[in-house]
Amino acid sequence: MFPILETKEIAKNVFLQKIRAPRVAKKRKAGQFLVLRRTDDGERIPLTIVSSDAAEGSVTIIFQAVGKSTTEFARMKQGDAYLDVVGPLGLATHIEKFGTVVGIGGGIGAAPLLPIATAIKEAGNRLLSIVGARTKDLLILEDEMRAVSDEIVVTTDDGSYAKKGFVTTALQEFIDRGEKIGLCIAIGPVPMMRAVAEVTRPHGIRTMVSLNPIMVDATGMCGACRVTVGGTTKFVCVDGPEFDGHQVDFKELVMRNRAYLREEKTAMERIEHRDGKCMGGAAVSAGGGK
Amino acid sequence: MADATPRPRPKPFSIPRQPMPEQSPQVRVGNFREVPFGLTPDLAVLEASRCIQCKNPQCVKGCPVSVQIPEFIDLVARGKFVEAARKIKETNALPAVCGRVCPQEEQCEMPCVLGKKGEPVAIGRLERFVADFERVTGNVVIPGIGAPTGKRVAVVGAGPAGLTVAGDLVQLGHDVTIFEALHKAGGVLMYGIPEFRLPKEIVQAEVEYIRKMGAKLECNSVIGKSITIDELLGEEGFDAVFVGTGAGLPYFMNIPGENLIGVYSANEYLTRANLMKAYRFPESDTPLNKATNVAVVGGGNVAMDAARTAKRMGAENVYLVYRRSKKEMPARVEEIHHAEEEGIEFHLLTNPVAYHGDDESRVNAVECQKMELGEPDASGRRRPVVIKGSEFKLAVDTVIVSIGNGANPLVPSTTPGLDTNKWGNILADQETGKTSKKGVFAGGDIVIGAATVILAMGAGRKAAAAMHEYLKTGAW
Repeated sequence: MFPILETKEIAKNVFLQKIRAPRVAKKRKAGQFLVLRRTDDGERIPLTIVSSDAAEGSVTIIFQAVGKSTTEFARMKQGDAYLDVVGPLGLATHIEKFGTVVGIGGGIGAAPLLPIATAIKEAGNRLLSIVGARTKDLLILEDEMRAVSDEIVVTTDDGSYAKKGFVTTALQEFIDRGEKIGLCIAIGPVPMMRAVAEVTRPHGIRTMVSLNPIMVDATGMCGACRVTVGGTTKFVCVDGPEFDGHQVDFKELVMRNRAYLREEKTAMERIEHRDGKCMGGAAVSAGGGK
Repeated sequence: MADATPRPRPKPFSIPRQPMPEQSPQVRVGNFREVPFGLTPDLAVLEASRCIQCKNPQCVKGCPVSVQIPEFIDLVARGKFVEAARKIKETNALPAVCGRVCPQEEQCEMPCVLGKKGEPVAIGRLERFVADFERVTGNVVIPGIGAPTGKRVAVVGAGPAGLTVAGDLVQLGHDVTIFEALHKAGGVLMYGIPEFRLPKEIVQAEVEYIRKMGAKLECNSVIGKSITIDELLGEEGFDAVFVGTGAGLPYFMNIPGENLIGVYSANEYLTRANLMKAYRFPESDTPLNKATNVAVVGGGNVAMDAARTAKRMGAENVYLVYRRSKKEMPARVEEIHHAEEEGIEFHLLTNPVAYHGDDESRVNAVECQKMELGEPDASGRRRPVVIKGSEFKLAVDTVIVSIGNGANPLVPSTTPGLDTNKWGNILADQETGKTSKKGVFAGGDIVIGAATVILAMGAGRKAAAAMHEYLKTGAW
């Protein structure tokens, strides 16, 4: 069993949990993820490891409660335990001296970005960060990202906080002012990553994206997470999760992430019914499990 | 033989091979319960009495783990079912599994003398019967364990090969830890072979037996990721490692439309259905596409399992698309027979060339070509050749690609000094399982490519013997 050492809601419906998992904590590198399961009937949910403490034997995850499993995760209290935690999985981020790096985190994507941004900064790069959210309530990790960045721009789509606009607007401004960008890392909703890749493409700026498709075993055995990169099929769980954003077939990824929308809705309605309350039309989003 | 008192023997061929009662096809396609009910004690005694107790039993030679077949059958004929089970367990730690999934018709039962003129003794059914009898009647006892040797062994992968190695070495007094990547032990027995062919309760009982003998089990440990082989041999303090990670890398055909929603690898489809219990959705969380028309591509046992699972998941039509003829199918005759009985529609000499989808990218058709058989190829089977202009479409809403598995690269790619062949299989000595890396042994599908449960167990048995020798002498 893997007990929860700490759990808190850090933004609307976004939760941070510190979990005891010594083996994962000891090995984990920036960019890697783990798989969680709460009960014996539970599905295997992949989530990026935000940070780890090898001495304490703990790992920290941040997730948005969007489907049945993540909603149930969110309701767990300190001292409750996950049945299974597996990891670290996936390839670690390739870190080197790129010069100036732009790190972009959209919505919940700021969580997987933070450890990569930290490693990038520690490797001696100049880090320009863009952290964006749809609205102020959904913005996370602003202070943490600021602490590792040479410069940070915060955006909200609706202008409810900081700069109004999309992360791509801020990126375009970096490019327009003549920044020599060695690498751009973008993590967030698929449409955002696709938009970022289209902004950097004409400038030939190397752009990495971190993908979060549907997975089952997450060890390369099933192929649920396959994605087309440069015309070739890759398994995100073992070949990724990071890929060249200019090569990823985002359209296919968006479609594949919608494979179980109906089933996800059924599952959500079930727990709402069980809990005797109606949360209205459940916001269903892609990513994780199923 | 096993008992000195002579037992009256029937005249050879005077008793026919006893059929095993099973659920009717109409009933069983509506549930996930096991298809055969198993022999009754009376039927088992009758069947066992058919064995003529050859002086030079060929059946034993046909068994990859050399079960003492005439001896255990003699005990069955005398009604000593528990003793019979223990006789098998002297050489096979997983009889309830093997009695169900071994291809007996090409192993122990093939050389049976009775089979020359009539039907062979139903060795597999008898093995299954005694193993079930022992378990159900609460007669499973944990065998004596050798004195502790002080040596520590890591077994990577809790599938058939790994469980066999663990069982053998723990019995010899070694301190064994099994590392399993998934959340449940059993490997392909849990994620691949369906409930209706191998109930998961039985797999877990067999795992429990090995644990009670003293083997430790660490699930959720992906060797190569969570811990490397070098770390096992170094800071983790193991004296030897057995790698039995199996053939867990699904092949696709690289044809257009293969990434449409609803196109699964057999591994994914079966893992969702078996390990993750998708047939209980929404009680369990992991779903499968609700499908009406399913195409399964391939002709092996896994294809049969996938097709029969799809039927039970509620598909009205399940098409098995195979590029050669029925004669070339690698699946067991019994599995093909069960699939046909359950209404699986065979499209033989047919090969998919593309998948088509709707505007949501959900697969809605498989485009196929008809084939004819040409000259034999490297496998000795006649090579399928395309018939020009024979393209046609089958309307489907799920496709299960079941054309085989390669070696999972997680261990080889993270273990310096561990040599592989060009397909990524670990190079290991056939007799000892020794690899190119000192202290590391390997066996099962990761070495020979996707094969059978019992071949993996046979490799495990040989490797365990060689590992015992290595642990005693230190000689490599």
